[in-house]
Amino acid sequence: MTEPPGLCFSGRVLAGGVEILAPVDLEVPAGRWTCLLGASGVGKSTLLQCFAGLGDGLVLDGTAGASDGAALQGRVAMMAQADLLMPWLNVRENVMLGARLRGERGDKGRATELLRRVGLEALAERKPRALSGGQRQRAALARTLYEDRPVVLLDEPFSALDVATRARMQDLAAEVLRGRTVLHVTHDPAEAARLGERVFVLTARRLSEVATDEGQPMPRPPDDGETLAVTGRLTRLLLDAA
Amino acid sequence: MRGVWALLPLGFGLAIWQAAVMLLQVPHFILPGPARVARALWENRALLAENALVTVTEVLVGLALGAVLGWATAVGLALSPPARRLVRPLLVFSQAVPVFALAPIFTLWFGYGMGSKVAMALLIIYFPVTSAFFDALVSTPPAWLAQARVMGAGPVRVMWHVRIPAALPGLLSGLRLAAVYAPIGAIIGEWVGASRGLGYLMLLANGRAKIDLMFATVIVVAVLTLVLHRVVDALAGRLEAGRRG
Repeated sequence: MTEPPGLCFSGRVLAGGVEILAPVDLEVPAGRWTCLLGASGVGKSTLLQCFAGLGDGLVLDGTAGASDGAALQGRVAMMAQADLLMPWLNVRENVMLGARLRGERGDKGRATELLRRVGLEALAERKPRALSGGQRQRAALARTLYEDRPVVLLDEPFSALDVATRARMQDLAAEVLRGRTVLHVTHDPAEAARLGERVFVLTARRLSEVATDEGQPMPRPPDDGETLAVTGRLTRLLLDAA
Repeated sequence: MRGVWALLPLGFGLAIWQAAVMLLQVPHFILPGPARVARALWENRALLAENALVTVTEVLVGLALGAVLGWATAVGLALSPPARRLVRPLLVFSQAVPVFALAPIFTLWFGYGMGSKVAMALLIIYFPVTSAFFDALVSTPPAWLAQARVMGAGPVRVMWHVRIPAALPGLLSGLRLAAVYAPIGAIIGEWVGASRGLGYLMLLANGRAKIDLMFATVIVVAVLTLVLHRVVDALAGRLEAGRRG
């Protein structure tokens, strides 16, 4: 993995002439975990997509890129709420999907090692259908890690999981993605309070940063007093904005 | 026990047929009864088998060619929007042309032998296969395509590794339809001009007032079509199950 860059966004996004993300400026620090919290429909996923270089039919009126000025292409991996596993490939083949799609030889050993890290080694030969929701999301995490990109974009990757599975996935992701530039879009204040080294709240009106418990390394315990206090402050902000 | 229940509708159909023949007093050269047709089936078994082999060959070759051509056309159209604009209207137009009208032309072009019948079978299944597969190819979940782009895949690899495998169920449903349509194409081809095949035998029997043989031939065509459909369906089901794991 190369040295992770920070991310800079400045501008607004239009879809068919309609503004779907109001003008906003965001600086994501390099090598840290940044949470972007907001209600549904404020454009947080759209903002994320600007860094992934997607945006079919979306027009960015502004700039989105890496803080080092170089192109982001090839330096970004993405993990979404849907696991996006290909049902016809087994778990290990899914992890190595990127290699397949770039016409490279897949590194089976590394895929197996990553599956071991996410606790799926024994299920490597299974098809995704045979996995539970949590296991599928762990396979998606292994696939994201296999890409070995310095910038990782997370688009509500844990929101479809039950509370306990979600907490375990948060711990695992925090451990394996440490040192990378992570931009994590979520609508869950508790998740942002646990994981965010920096936390931004996006509302229809503005983007604001909320101070977190910087003394406490993430992932913070879900029942820690300060974490709960931050969760409360974030919830209040979202409530007031609604 | 299930086998008995499956045979029940067949028995019911035969009973209605026999009753109609008896009650309406239809002469056997207009509507032969089931017993007479069964006898014709048995007595002409060698003749029927010989001609069935010809028709089955035409159907299988037409099916294979139609599947390959339909597959290739759908992939080409899905890869290239200009090709889509150019070719799709032509494809739709080709469906508006009655197949019957083309049969004599095909006989002229491809001769009296199997060629023109294969071409008819191919033509009749080409559109359903192409259309079903194409529709599936252009409805890949957008999130899969977005993921592939982030991973740095070009359009051809996305097609090969994501869109084609994702569209497999569409191709298979097209092929299931094709298995039913292909025999129709071959039979039409044989009606227009042939010296062998079940379609030819039907016309021959009709011309010689051997209506029982004609009915026997129709039954053979229907049974062959059913068997073909079941085989394709079973193969498709197996492929789908293997894909899902």
